[in-house]
Amino acid sequence: MAKGEVVLGCLAPHPPHVVYAENPEQNEPFSEGGWEALRWGYHSLARKLKGIDYDCIVVLTPHWQTYVGTHFLGLERFQNISVDPIFPNLFRFNHDITVDVEMAEAMHDAAAEAGIITKMMRNPDFRVDYGTIVSCHMLNPDWDKPIVTISSNRSTHYYSNEVMNEQATALGDAVMKAIEASGKKVVLVASHSLSHRHFVTEAPLPEDMSREHIYNHSQYVWDMKIIDMMRRGEMQEVIDVLPEMIEQTMAEAEGGGLTWMMAAMGMPDYPAEIYGYQSVIGTGNAIAAWDPNEATRQLVL
Amino acid sequence: MSEEPEIVLGLYVPPHPHPLLASEQNEGWGKLRDAFDTCRQRIEESDADLMLIYSTTWPSIVGHQIQAHPKPVFTHVDDDFHFLGSMPYEFHMDAEYAECYREACEARGLHARTVAFDGFPIDTGSVVALKLLNPDNRIPACIVSSNVYSNRAEQIVLGKAARDAMSKLGKKVVVVVVASLSNRMFTEHIDPADDRIHSAKDDEWNRKILEFFENGRLEDISQLSRDIQGQIRVSKVVAYKPAWWMAATMGQHNNYDGEVLAYEALHGAGGAVIQLTPAKGGVGDKEFDEDDVEFYHGDRSVLDKGML
Repeated sequence: MAKGEVVLGCLAPHPPHVVYAENPEQNEPFSEGGWEALRWGYHSLARKLKGIDYDCIVVLTPHWQTYVGTHFLGLERFQNISVDPIFPNLFRFNHDITVDVEMAEAMHDAAAEAGIITKMMRNPDFRVDYGTIVSCHMLNPDWDKPIVTISSNRSTHYYSNEVMNEQATALGDAVMKAIEASGKKVVLVASHSLSHRHFVTEAPLPEDMSREHIYNHSQYVWDMKIIDMMRRGEMQEVIDVLPEMIEQTMAEAEGGGLTWMMAAMGMPDYPAEIYGYQSVIGTGNAIAAWDPNEATRQLVL
Repeated sequence: MSEEPEIVLGLYVPPHPHPLLASEQNEGWGKLRDAFDTCRQRIEESDADLMLIYSTTWPSIVGHQIQAHPKPVFTHVDDDFHFLGSMPYEFHMDAEYAECYREACEARGLHARTVAFDGFPIDTGSVVALKLLNPDNRIPACIVSSNVYSNRAEQIVLGKAARDAMSKLGKKVVVVVVASLSNRMFTEHIDPADDRIHSAKDDEWNRKILEFFENGRLEDISQLSRDIQGQIRVSKVVAYKPAWWMAATMGQHNNYDGEVLAYEALHGAGGAVIQLTPAKGGVGDKEFDEDDVEFYHGDRSVLDKGML
């Protein structure tokens, strides 16, 4: 059996606004559009994914928050309606998700072997979080690949951003071992924004783009700094400054997604593909991808 | 319409699912369940016609969300403790009160909205409280969220708005706060028999807070909120807010009969079932220097005032 590999890593923010703006048949609310810079970026990345041969998508989501270890979805199918607890007016999504349980169990076992506290989630009534659904829908609207969802352990809250970095790195290393042993081709997804300070009010028409802008300039400057480093392939440096960025911008990378993905990919030193950047209710959202294959790596934006 | 709302009692209960789903697995969890049952009986014996819940496990970002679905039906599963089982529910909400509460919030400068969507994920803490305190939906309920960014002024105004709506509708209310005391859990899976408060420091602070509750010193606890946040609360949110809201909703004073029905560990966190009954005669010897707040003015635009 050939060694398994990561064929693409994606930073894929999950504001439900982008699904709302797409008006897919699965989502109940209707919109007049909005957030095109992000959505068109997602469309472009989704087209690239269509041309890549892969077996499953593995997503680490900050909206499945666990304090007791790291958990993995452990049942083959989840059919339900996902209503966003924060933006229920925008996201009421009927989903039918297939899980690669074999891959999930392999990752769980590898993480446990590395000393990480783990748990398989086997409750059939469990509701898959909207972070997973938004990122996966925007990357693969056909939903024709199985996924694995990994919870976000809240080590930032319990300890510090530095401890989060250490633990997410260990999780990334363990996940990579499981991928290599599986022989599968895997797409990794870190489902989160960059800066993450929200406005606490909402326009009467949420998609009114005349109201949309970054929460403050400091957030924007940090976001641009990180994106520039991504362009230059300085991912070890990004992870090194991440604790400070989280502290200053409430960055959603606090959930461990970016650190986990970069660790699993061996801290890429090649340029990231940047697909878009836009604020959503004040937060800073970048869509980026890391393509280990130099022959297919592109300068997108 | 009466000026002062009629609050028959206030309850402070923990959000964890263990008393509902696994009370037999640990003696302490069983004691918490018994305390919930006692409160349920007392609510049934009261003539309350509304249960208003403030839940720390329902975060909001866009202002304050108020549950207004008249009959929410779903099956809830906790993110961490999914292996303890599912929580199917069908609740009876007071949509009229919810709308009135929203209007009262807006009249006091708060951004608020009601939510009434099939499949909306009612949080673990609210589900546990409603299933244990009001299992037959004997009285209609309402739930208000906890905004992740709100601090003292906003929280106090949110409580006062709850009172406005109670007075306007002439409701007799049971006020329920769903929150831990110390909220640090063990970060590994434990044998239920081994559960204990995470640290001696957490336990000591919890017992001091319980002493205040037992003496009916709700406003004093409210005034101590910033200290409590710094000492025994994991920094998930900016502040320890439940006491601010509870005092502002029930009345900002120390005139209560307090009773601690149970205090036990819940995977390391401090879980207590506490009853406060409005009474005559206060205790305490403190005065406070933080302003009371009647209207929320939002940000003070400090950043726009220029550099010195």
